[in-house]
Amino acid sequence: MNDNLSNADIVKCENLVYKRSPVMTDNVMHYCPGCGHGTAHQIIAEVIEEMDIQAETIGITPVGCAVLMYNYLDIDMQEAAHGRAPALATAVKRLMPEKYVFTYQGDGDLAAIGTAETIHACNRGENIAIFFINNGIYGMTGGQMAPTTLPNMRSSTSPYGRDVEMMGNPLRITELVAQLPGTYYVTRQAVHTPTYVRKTKKAVRRAFENQKLKKGLSLVEIVSNCNSGWKMSPVQANKWMVDNMFPFYPPGDIKLEGKMLSKD
Amino acid sequence: MTEEIIIAGFGGQGVLSMGKILAYSGIMQDQEVSWMPSYGPEMRGGTANVTVILSDGPISSPIINKFDTAIILNQQSLDKFESFVKPGGVLIYDGNGITRHPERTDISVYRVDAAEEASKMESAKIFNMIVLGGYLKVKPVVKLDNVVRGLEKSLPSRHHALIPLNEKAIKRGMEIIRQMNSI
Amino acid sequence: MKELKLMKGNEAIAEAAIRAGADGYFGYPITPQSEVLEYLMAEKPHERTGMIVLQAESEIAAINMVYGGAACGRKVFTSSSSPGISLKQEGLSYIAGAELPCLVVNVVRGGPGLGTIQPAQSDYFQATKGGGHGDYRLIVLAPASVQEMADFVELGFDLAFKYRNPAMILTDGALGQMMEKVWLREHKPRMTEFPAWATTGKTPDRERNIITSLDLDSARQEEFNLKLQAKYNKMGEEEVRYEMTDCDDAEFLLVAYGTSARICQKAVQLARKKGIRAGLLRPITLFPFPKKPLKEMASRLKGILSVEMSTGQMVEDVLLAVNGQVRVEHYGRMGGIIPSPDEIADVLEHKFTGGKNYE
Repeated sequence: MNDNLSNADIVKCENLVYKRSPVMTDNVMHYCPGCGHGTAHQIIAEVIEEMDIQAETIGITPVGCAVLMYNYLDIDMQEAAHGRAPALATAVKRLMPEKYVFTYQGDGDLAAIGTAETIHACNRGENIAIFFINNGIYGMTGGQMAPTTLPNMRSSTSPYGRDVEMMGNPLRITELVAQLPGTYYVTRQAVHTPTYVRKTKKAVRRAFENQKLKKGLSLVEIVSNCNSGWKMSPVQANKWMVDNMFPFYPPGDIKLEGKMLSKD
Repeated sequence: MTEEIIIAGFGGQGVLSMGKILAYSGIMQDQEVSWMPSYGPEMRGGTANVTVILSDGPISSPIINKFDTAIILNQQSLDKFESFVKPGGVLIYDGNGITRHPERTDISVYRVDAAEEASKMESAKIFNMIVLGGYLKVKPVVKLDNVVRGLEKSLPSRHHALIPLNEKAIKRGMEIIRQMNSI
Repeated sequence: MKELKLMKGNEAIAEAAIRAGADGYFGYPITPQSEVLEYLMAEKPHERTGMIVLQAESEIAAINMVYGGAACGRKVFTSSSSPGISLKQEGLSYIAGAELPCLVVNVVRGGPGLGTIQPAQSDYFQATKGGGHGDYRLIVLAPASVQEMADFVELGFDLAFKYRNPAMILTDGALGQMMEKVWLREHKPRMTEFPAWATTGKTPDRERNIITSLDLDSARQEEFNLKLQAKYNKMGEEEVRYEMTDCDDAEFLLVAYGTSARICQKAVQLARKKGIRAGLLRPITLFPFPKKPLKEMASRLKGILSVEMSTGQMVEDVLLAVNGQVRVEHYGRMGGIIPSPDEIADVLEHKFTGGKNYE
C-alpha cells in the first residue's frame, strides 16, 4: 500500500479501483482466501450489472463449493442436484426463452456425475451459458480426485498421485463439447491475474450476449486453484496452476461463432 | 345389455383395429365401452388379441376370462380361447388354416371364411371388416349405420374414401357367415 | 368445448395435460407409457397452447428439467414406468425438499429390476412412503378408468400447486394401454401470472427468489421437516378421496385401487351371487390414505381382503388403519399377471369360509 495515502484519501471516488457490484449481496463468502470462486462470482455480477439484466437472469447453482452461490448473487437462483444444472437450465430457458439463463458448475459436477446432462445440453444447442470452474479436485468434500485431476497429482483418493493406468485419464471436457454442433462459443480462461480477469469478463459477457443470438450454447471454462485441496498457499497454488494445469488445460478460445479454431 | 367379446388372431390381421371400430360403434349409440389389448397370463403366446366390452351400464372389470363371444382368426387362438366362451355363447372363426375345428357343443359355432372372401374381393385390408360383418349378423349389438359413424371417427380423414368399401365388406360378411352346429 | 373420445389411458393423460393448461412435459421412452411422449409429439402442443415438449436424454434429466420448470412456477410434468421412476427418485426428493409443485405419472410394470413390461402395482411403497431420501411424501392419485386418467391430471396439478408438493398419478400398464370413453374438458388457458416464489427474474420491487432444498443449519432443517409434516397432516384432513361400492350391508370388504379395483367391482357382484355380502372400498388417494372410513367400518366387518398386483404393500396401510379390529388378508398376483374377477371371488370365499387354499 502507498504510505502517502491516508484512509480518507482511499475512500475518495477518484481513488476507487475496485468495488463490489450491486448485483452482489452483503453476505460474507464462505470460500477459502485465495480461491477463484469469489472473483468468478464478481465477474458474472458485473456483467449482469453492465448489461442491466438483473431482472431477466436466472442462475443455476451446482453441488460443490459453489452450492451457496445463491447467497452471494442478488438474482433469482435455483440450486440443482449434483450434476443436473444443465437439465434445469434447459427447462428454464425453454419455458422462458426471453430470459438469460446460466449454470455455474465445478469439475466434479459438470464433468463426472453430470457428464450426460452437460453433453446433451451442449449437443441440443440450448441457448444458455455454462460457467465451468475447473480446479482439478473436489474442494467441498475435502480434496478427492476429480475427473480433471492431472496425472500423478495427489488428492485424498489418489494419495500417491493419479495413476492413469488404474484411475483413468483426466477429462478435457471443454475440448470434447467444442466438437458438438450445438455449442456456439467455447473458451478456457482463468482469474488469477488482472489480465486474465479482464479476458474472462469479456468471455462471460459474450456468453450472455450470445443468448440473444439463439445460435447455441456458450461454455466458459475457468481454470482455477484450490489452495486448500492442493495443500498450498494461495500464491503457491496460482504458480502451481500456471506451471501444471495450463499445459494440460491451455487458456484461450476453442470455438468462436460456431467454428473451431485451428491449433496453430 | 352387456356383450363381452374377445377377438384373437395374428398380428397384422386387423384384430386391434376391428376391436376399436366396434368400440367406437358402441360409443355412437351411447354405450359404455372398453378395449383392452392382450394382457394377462392367458393372453400371451405371440398372437394379438383384444377384449372389447359393450354395455348399456358402467363396465366393472375390463379384464375378464369368460366371454359371450370369441372371434377367432387362427389355430393358436382357437386352441387357447375356445374354452373361455361362456356356455350358450358364440364362437366365430375363419376356417382359413384351421386344422382342428371347434369341438364344443354347448356354444353356437359360426364360420366366416373372410380370408378367402377378401382375396376374391381383391383387398386383403378388408378382411377384418368381413369378419365384423359376420359377427354383426349373428349378434346385432351395434347398428350398421353406427359402425359407419364409428369408422368415420376411428379412421383418419385421409382414409374416409375407403369407408364405402368397408361397408360393402361388412355386408358381404353378413351374407357368407354360416352356423356349423346346432345347440 | 367438451369432447368425447375413445382413447388409451396414456393418450388421455397427454391430451388432458394440454387441456389443463400444462406448460411443459419432459420425458424419456419406456414401455408401457411411451404413448404419452408419442402423443404429445404428434399433437404439437406448442402450436395448440404454447406448451413445450422435450425428449430428455434420461429419466434423470427429465425429472431435473421438471425441477427447473417447476421452480419457474410453471405447470410441468413427466411420466415414466417403474425402472424409470426409480431413476427419478433423487429429483423427486429435491423437488419435495424445495417445495415445488409438479406432476409425475408412473405407469407401473412388474419388477424388481428390469422385470416385465406387463402391468403391476408393485411400486406402492415407493410412491406412498416417499421413494427417495429424506422425510417427504407425494400426493398419490390412483385412477381406475381412462376417464380418471384424464381427470386426475388437472386434479394432480391443482393439489400440487395448493400444497407446493409433487403429485403422482400411480397407474399401471393395463390402464395405460386400454381404451375407454373419455370426456375431455374444454381448454383451460395456460397461466399468465406465476406464484410469488417463482424464479422468473428478480425485479426491483421484490427480494430475490431462491429455490433450494439445502439448509446446513440443523435447527432450521428440523423446523422445515416439521413444516412439511404439518403439510402432509393437512392433506390427510382435507384431501382423502375414496369410493365405496355395496358397503352398506357388507360383511366382507375388498380393498383395492386402480386396475385391481375395477376387477374387484365385478368380484363383488360374483361374490354376492354366491351369497357372500361383499363390498369394495377403493382408495383414490393412496397418500393420504383413507384410514378413517376403514377404521369406522372395521368393527362391523367379518373380514377384509386387500387385493393388489403385488406381494402385499397397501395391505400394510389397511392393517394400520383397522389396528387389529378385524382380520385382514392379502391376495396378490405378481409379474404382470392380472387376477380375474372369479379368482378374487373364490379367494374371498375360501380365505374367510374355509375350503380351497389359494396361498
